Amino acid sequence: MLNTERKPITGKRVQLMATCLCDAFYDDVAAATVQVLEHLGVEVVFPEGQTCCGQPAFNGGDWAASRKVVRHTVKTFAGEEPVVVPSGSCAAMMFHGTVLEFEKEADLGEVEALGRRTWELGDFIVNGLGVNTWPGRFEATVAFHRSCHSRGTNSSTAAATLLGSVAGLKIVEFGEGEQCCGFGGTFSVAFPNISASMGALKLDHIRAVKPDVLVSGDMSCMMHLGGLAQEEGKPIKTMHLAQVLRDALKNGKLI
Amino acid sequence: MKFQQIDQFAAELKADTRAAVYDGSKKGHEKRTKLLFDEYADPDRLRHIAGEVKQHVVENLDTYLPQVEAKLKANGVIVHWAATAEAANQAVLGIMRARGATKMVKAKTMVSEETELAHFLEKHGMEALETDLGEFIVQIDGDHPSHIVKPIIHKNRREIATSFEKNGLGAYNDDPQTITRRARNFLRHKYLEADVGLTGANFVSAESGRLVLVTNEGNSRFCLAATKCHIAMVGIEKIVPRDYDLALFLNLLARSGTAQELTVYTEFISGPKSPTQPDGPEEMHVIFVDNGRTEVLASDCRDILRCIRCGACLNVCPVYRQASGHAYRSVYPGPVGAVLSPLMMGDKFPQKADLPKASSLCGACNEVCPVNIPIPDLLLRLRNRAKEENVPSPGTPPMGAWALLASQPTAWRASLFGGKIINYLPTKLLPIPALRAWEAKRSLPVWRGGEFRKWLKNRPPGKSSA
Repeated sequence: MLNTERKPITGKRVQLMATCLCDAFYDDVAAATVQVLEHLGVEVVFPEGQTCCGQPAFNGGDWAASRKVVRHTVKTFAGEEPVVVPSGSCAAMMFHGTVLEFEKEADLGEVEALGRRTWELGDFIVNGLGVNTWPGRFEATVAFHRSCHSRGTNSSTAAATLLGSVAGLKIVEFGEGEQCCGFGGTFSVAFPNISASMGALKLDHIRAVKPDVLVSGDMSCMMHLGGLAQEEGKPIKTMHLAQVLRDALKNGKLI
Repeated sequence: MKFQQIDQFAAELKADTRAAVYDGSKKGHEKRTKLLFDEYADPDRLRHIAGEVKQHVVENLDTYLPQVEAKLKANGVIVHWAATAEAANQAVLGIMRARGATKMVKAKTMVSEETELAHFLEKHGMEALETDLGEFIVQIDGDHPSHIVKPIIHKNRREIATSFEKNGLGAYNDDPQTITRRARNFLRHKYLEADVGLTGANFVSAESGRLVLVTNEGNSRFCLAATKCHIAMVGIEKIVPRDYDLALFLNLLARSGTAQELTVYTEFISGPKSPTQPDGPEEMHVIFVDNGRTEVLASDCRDILRCIRCGACLNVCPVYRQASGHAYRSVYPGPVGAVLSPLMMGDKFPQKADLPKASSLCGACNEVCPVNIPIPDLLLRLRNRAKEENVPSPGTPPMGAWALLASQPTAWRASLFGGKIINYLPTKLLPIPALRAWEAKRSLPVWRGGEFRKWLKNRPPGKSSA
């Protein structure tokens, strides 16, 4: 069902979709994404007019509002270069969600075209650029959270491949890894009890394996789990895949 | 603060019930996964094929239904068509009255839950006894099933022992074997006294007109062995094109539903007893029930009619595990119910328009579905329908202002920088419902709006830039 067919990569220039969450809260994740891509010899262009992928309204059921934002996004990311986004969730919105909500719209073609050149960061590195090992060093035991939007895509395996190849980094599996963190966009505020209970279960499983850091390719999951842990008074350390890769380069004095 | 009904229900759920539902569904899911992946090289491929077969049926019902009717008639079966739940129940009542029958033994069938057949018959002076152990317990308790396959997943054995005691089925004893034996002894006599046996059908082959029933307790066989009249209530979507297809569907259904290679009993019923057979019903009726299905077929959510009622999506669903089946206020709970139940409401869709919202859209339901129904996509379509029909949605933040902001880059940038004020405000006290709902359980991260853009601008020349 997922439209994961990608336009092959040509050239070494990409447009960065930083995501609204990184724009508002997690600037270092966006910066790390730039540094990681540059290390691979990729030139990163940041279209200034970008806002959000439109997912909040899409999930909330207000497709008319979402389409308005998506149309803006399509305009902002005009061109032929691949669009790289440090989020499986926003990537899935671009190649799957938008197609659903534009099914009966005249500009479906343009929206689909943007979807076909949008890549989640890990997927871009491994399957777009063909890079399977990561240099540098990162001394830590890592619990890797597979975000739900990477189901049926190449993102989770790509991230695991990269993380697994970093010297010093050890991935620990935890229980019920396939279960959701409970975020779910508007779900988290319309169903706060269920959402938080789902997150609490996830945290129990993660804490049980005592990782140094919880890593994901999606900051929305990290915002939820990190926020829950902090509110409980038992904070956990969370990082984005891009930050781990960037820090590995730094530790190896490669940047 | 007002939240969604299902969230409220989950918050008030007894810890015992939550634990029973959680453990039952988690175990069911884990056993299913192990069985499928241990035995098949590519179980994912199987469910894609099954999905295509069922989608084909759903889109060609107009061809298959007359075909199946002709086959059934040729097999000596009397065929009825019921557009509504009421019509289906009336058809059953009519058959019973025509035979002077007063006692029915029932096997488990979800479509009879839809029509509330047992209550209907009791109201009309008939006895309608559930013979599936779970359904029997639900019936003596005056309760409702909370799971498609495991109707009493929400109960523990202590509660069951108490209700057996209350209903004159022996002194309190919560040993599962004792409970089962008591039910069995009670039901044995009832089969012999009954006039009519009612079942559903898991599949009907359009090729042969065979009805296929899968059960684990053998109760449906007793229902048919001892009575002279067999009535099957069947949803119109239960058709498979050929007998051959059953190889795929039976293997997937048992594994997905109860983590079995095959259910204990698989019955193939071709018609009433033939003159050469010593036992069995001399009369057989099949009532095809629509009850909203053609309306679902006409909608953009018709894929849900592929469903073979295995319950795998309930078992894996993190929301179902927290909320239990009763939270959904419907015969069909969980992810499949969140799509099917509001659709089957017809004009009263708004009454259940909240169900599709009870999902984090994690997609686990689609991943386990033996007929690969894209449940999250259907949930999203129904959310949009609710919005278009202006159904109020407590707790869902309004998106109009956000969309305006997110389509005007200058305003967006200004609010990124301006948003910093949130770091200095007592956010927990702000009258913004979404913020308060978030902060009830979760801390907000520090607002760093625009910091990335600043970083990018201030980098030395030669680096990537805006």
